Amino acid sequence: MTRYFTDKLAKYIVFISGFTAVVILLLIALFILREGLPAFSEIGVFDFIFGNVWRPGIDQYGILSMIVGSIAVTIVSMIMAVPLGIACAILLAEVAPSKVRNILRPAVELLVGIPSVVYGLVGLVLLVPIVSNIGGSGFSILTASIVLMVMVLPTIISISEDSIRAIPASYREGALALGATKWQTIKGVILPAAKSGIGAGVVLGMGRAIGETMAMIMVIGNSIAFPNSLLDAARTLTGNIALEINYATGTHESALFATGVVLFVFILLLNSVATVFLKRGSNAQRLG
Amino acid sequence: MLNVSAKQTQKLAMAGIWGGGVITLLLLIVIIGYVLLQGLPGINWEFLTTNPKGGLSGEGGILSTVVSTLYLIGITLVLLVPIGIGSAVYLSEYAPNNRLTRIIRYGIETLAGIPSIIFGLFGYALFVTVLSFNFSILSGALTLVCLLLPTMITTTEEALKAVSYSYREAALALGTTKWQMISRIVLPSAIPGIVTAVILCIGRAIGETACLYVTMGGSAAMPSSLLEGGRTLSLHVFYLAMETNAMDKAMATAAVLIIIIILINALTNLLAGRFQKRLKGIS
Repeated sequence: MTRYFTDKLAKYIVFISGFTAVVILLLIALFILREGLPAFSEIGVFDFIFGNVWRPGIDQYGILSMIVGSIAVTIVSMIMAVPLGIACAILLAEVAPSKVRNILRPAVELLVGIPSVVYGLVGLVLLVPIVSNIGGSGFSILTASIVLMVMVLPTIISISEDSIRAIPASYREGALALGATKWQTIKGVILPAAKSGIGAGVVLGMGRAIGETMAMIMVIGNSIAFPNSLLDAARTLTGNIALEINYATGTHESALFATGVVLFVFILLLNSVATVFLKRGSNAQRLG
Repeated sequence: MLNVSAKQTQKLAMAGIWGGGVITLLLLIVIIGYVLLQGLPGINWEFLTTNPKGGLSGEGGILSTVVSTLYLIGITLVLLVPIGIGSAVYLSEYAPNNRLTRIIRYGIETLAGIPSIIFGLFGYALFVTVLSFNFSILSGALTLVCLLLPTMITTTEEALKAVSYSYREAALALGTTKWQMISRIVLPSAIPGIVTAVILCIGRAIGETACLYVTMGGSAAMPSSLLEGGRTLSLHVFYLAMETNAMDKAMATAAVLIIIIILINALTNLLAGRFQKRLKGIS
């Protein structure tokens, strides 16, 4: 009898632990909303999001300059990372012999593993002085974007590579048999067939970029002023939370949770777009 | 016949593709090379075995941060591993293909995409404030469990799925209950994969900062209980770089981190290779 009892017990325990992730997700949403709502109602959603001035000392809480900062570093880093990442993914999936693959793939994995503070430190010591030669203090959106580019590369590379590999061999053979060069095959057949997967990789990379915190704090200057050029210092939504949460109280604290709500919404949007891309990709491949 | 321009475009495009690979590899070499070159000279026995002394000059070593990191990883794993394995077993062995399962999978995927600092905010609200664990290693560890759970679940599930179906069928045919089949056949066969999952999580825990920055307090003193604040190696790099002039110490600590990460990556690759060989060998 006891082994049947154990069997039942195990089933329930395993069932409950299966739900932990969902429960945590709900708790996170609940807590951040609960703490953030007072700020939304006191400041007003519009004034909070489109307000230009962040000065907790005089009860001014507008996060527009940080939204702009976060979006700017995300876009500029993507402009650099997307071509580089796709080239690398094509190399890994279609072009490189296995010897090269066996070097490049562990290298990409290592890029994932390097802690974000190490990226920040190298950016701070190596990159900030170089950028300051171009203009400004060196702590800038441009510097932050370059650091971010390296950090999001692995996401773009690995998801794009997977989607290129998932394309049936018959596509390639068909194109090559028609006399296309390797590049014509890649451009005309492979990339169009893999575009949903590559799109998902790019969007997930954007999610990583907009959520990065410590490396950004270390190189972007954290200025609350509105940035007017890529060489200006700025502050990201993530940086705003991390820099001030530990000493904030009252409306100020609530405004930081509300900053988290805005960030959360950005991430949920990006994730849904990525899911749509991935679904479309797997449907297209089933048809093919 | 190919015309000249198609050939030339082909050459140009291949140059671009190879260029992408070379640049990526160079970026990695520059980052790791720079940190090791600047950091390794600063690593010696004294650096590893003294506590940070604080202050603007950042005197001292990294001993207390290593101890804090180990405490943090220890508590995190105690909670993370059973929940993660349980959840993966449910998804791989029990979960029916229905709406509930899709909700669970959606939850795990969404959790995986949430930025570290949001977990930090949550940990700050729940563990630090409501449960009044204050800024402590415990608060940090609990936050980290939430953050790492998706990684642990998905990697473990893959390890379980890699176990051949014939194993399961053979066990059930011998009259075992489902749980006996899972606990004596499936889980033991998947151990190398599960170990890989754990090592992966340890690697991420070592590199994690944002969620710990707002929950662990960051005290550089040697922690004497789990309810005291602490700082991990990664946090130490941040504090040194932002609050002291001791860039050499920051680089040395970063070099220690890089060495640990390289070792962890090598270990997971080795284990993953073995695991696949073993499964292929038997089935």
